Amino acid sequence: MTAPATPPATALRTMTMVAAINDALALALERDPDVYIFGEDVGVMGGVFRATDGLQARFGAGRVFDTPLAEAGIVGMGIGMGLAGLKPVAEIQFAGFLYPALDQILSHLGRYRHRTRSRYHLPMVVRAPYGGGVHTPEQHADSPEAVLAHTPGVKVVIPSTPRDAKGLLLAAIEDPDPVFFLEAIKLYRSVKEEVPEGHYTVPLGQARRVTEGDDVTVVTYGGMVEISQKAAEAARAHGIGVEVIDLRTLVPLDLATILASVEKTGRVIVVTEAPRTGGFHSEISATIAEEAIEFLRAPIVRVTGFDAPYPPFTSIEDAYRPNPVRVARAIRKVMAY
Amino acid sequence: MTRTRSSRKAAPPAAPQPAAGEPLQLLTPGGEVTDPARLPDPETQRRLYRLMRRARHFDERAWVLYRTGRMGVFPPYGGMEASQVGTAAALTHDDWLFPTYRDTGAALTYGLPIPQTIAYWRTSPHGWAMPENLKILPFYIPIATQYPHAVGAALAEARRGTPNVAMAFIGDGGSSEGDFHEALNFAGALNAPCVFILQNNGWAISVPTRAQTRAQDLSRRADGYGIPGVRVDGNDVLATYVVTREAVERARRGEGPTLIETVTYRVKPHTVADDPSRYRSADDTAGWDEKDPVRRLQAFLLAQGHLTEAEDAALIREVEAEFEAALAEADAYPEPTPAEIVDHVFAEPTPALRRQRAELLAEEGQ
Repeated sequence: MTAPATPPATALRTMTMVAAINDALALALERDPDVYIFGEDVGVMGGVFRATDGLQARFGAGRVFDTPLAEAGIVGMGIGMGLAGLKPVAEIQFAGFLYPALDQILSHLGRYRHRTRSRYHLPMVVRAPYGGGVHTPEQHADSPEAVLAHTPGVKVVIPSTPRDAKGLLLAAIEDPDPVFFLEAIKLYRSVKEEVPEGHYTVPLGQARRVTEGDDVTVVTYGGMVEISQKAAEAARAHGIGVEVIDLRTLVPLDLATILASVEKTGRVIVVTEAPRTGGFHSEISATIAEEAIEFLRAPIVRVTGFDAPYPPFTSIEDAYRPNPVRVARAIRKVMAY
Repeated sequence: MTRTRSSRKAAPPAAPQPAAGEPLQLLTPGGEVTDPARLPDPETQRRLYRLMRRARHFDERAWVLYRTGRMGVFPPYGGMEASQVGTAAALTHDDWLFPTYRDTGAALTYGLPIPQTIAYWRTSPHGWAMPENLKILPFYIPIATQYPHAVGAALAEARRGTPNVAMAFIGDGGSSEGDFHEALNFAGALNAPCVFILQNNGWAISVPTRAQTRAQDLSRRADGYGIPGVRVDGNDVLATYVVTREAVERARRGEGPTLIETVTYRVKPHTVADDPSRYRSADDTAGWDEKDPVRRLQAFLLAQGHLTEAEDAALIREVEAEFEAALAEADAYPEPTPAEIVDHVFAEPTPALRRQRAELLAEEGQ
């Protein structure tokens, strides 16, 4: 974590998020011989979303390799590689396919530093595409970040822009502890922006203020940032100032940035596409209630998915995922107080 | 429905299945050598005997200490020493060891210091802080989940070009777990230098192996993954040592993993808190006392003149004295403080953990 937090003045290149992730992986492989990338179809094929495109050809099948099709094995083997001092970067094809590995994650991934009293630590990254919005088949659109954030000893990172994705992924790979890196499928190719060439990191645990406003704070991350941003723009047309905060990382959580905004606005909406009950939105809501209730002028409102499986039914699936209209409705609701 | 029920009561049909292979044995319980050419040299035989004595003494003292409140709940392995000592003795400190809770004997053999081992079974944090010069992990409580870790550690060694290997233990019950099978498959597919020790001790707490699986020869589980599977008398330390050394050497040469089934028996209860009379009778355990691995090698060494009665008595005294000195050292470990609950989670505590640490210390009056 010695790299500068802000990008050095270098050339910029317009990239999609998946290209920025590929760029970060290539840089990590190039800079550190201990970095290894593995998973299902990450080798010759370059991953189902092409995040590892060209990496095996460039760095060899020793460092970028396909594994047997078994997620517990992928995460468990990565743990062993990390114990032995490598920096494993595993890809799970979809976050909804992570569940066979939950035993490895809950029983081991976050515990090694603790159970060996820091004799061992796991500098491991698990990347997984998550979330809906692109009409994927059943089981391909889950948002299990709350399960991961609830697990002691692991960090959870969810970027919302190409520039952040590259800098956060490099920071995650350089982090000495295990990091989940969830990539919103909807954002892989839908957004392009100028991304600095070369190495830079975005530190874990620093939220980003996407828009400024004095009336309502919207706390969100990943695929819901652009949705919230659209709602904020619509509200501005009605004279309502909405401050959208992109958490970037759930663990560590930048509570200071959230509280500073809440103390200013007194109204909070938390937006995620995960099911309602027990979601990370609830943790954010509870923490704000504990730490800043005297500043609140309205109830904290959660805009989320439903307590139902993410639907594989193409014609109606868009109704599951929060959209700008639902966020705008929540803005009107908190403004009514 | 009736038909289904009645057919369930009937004995299972005699489906064709491979019979269990004869486990490799070098020294029979009667003291005969089956294959003199494969016997380790007398110095190695004496070393293995001493290591088994050390392991047995720890097991016996752990019982006594538990009854007097000086040790936590302990899973004994007495009677399984050949299975744990002969295998772990084939490793160096550059190799990895992933032991289960049943494998204190293997950990001691590998080189885990006795004071620290006592601390572990006293649930003191000192027992989890593994020494820097060893590549051993704290005993694994979940079943089979450490198997993929061994594959990863072994693969890391191979990719770095070292000759080091990883050894992981499991039981007959553990070989029903998915992680066991995924690990064997990964190790085979990726040619990881692993030695998998499957201690078939007949019991998974109260469930006998015959109820655990229809397979009769667990070493043949290796066939499914295209890797060698070896079946060995788990109460014959000369055989377990020779077979393991061969597997370790194959792995060091880059020839991949091996599964070794050590056929042994859990003579003791599951833990010191278990009552096996609820699930097995004296008939079940009959015959295993005569197969005792420590007495088998002791009789052989004495008969061969590789050990005198006086040397044997001196060795036992040394093992006892070593343990008592270690116990005194373990007694002197300072008590842990509550802060150790929230320390060692991340290299840099998160802001949330820093707040919680302060809360914890305030509540504990520190």
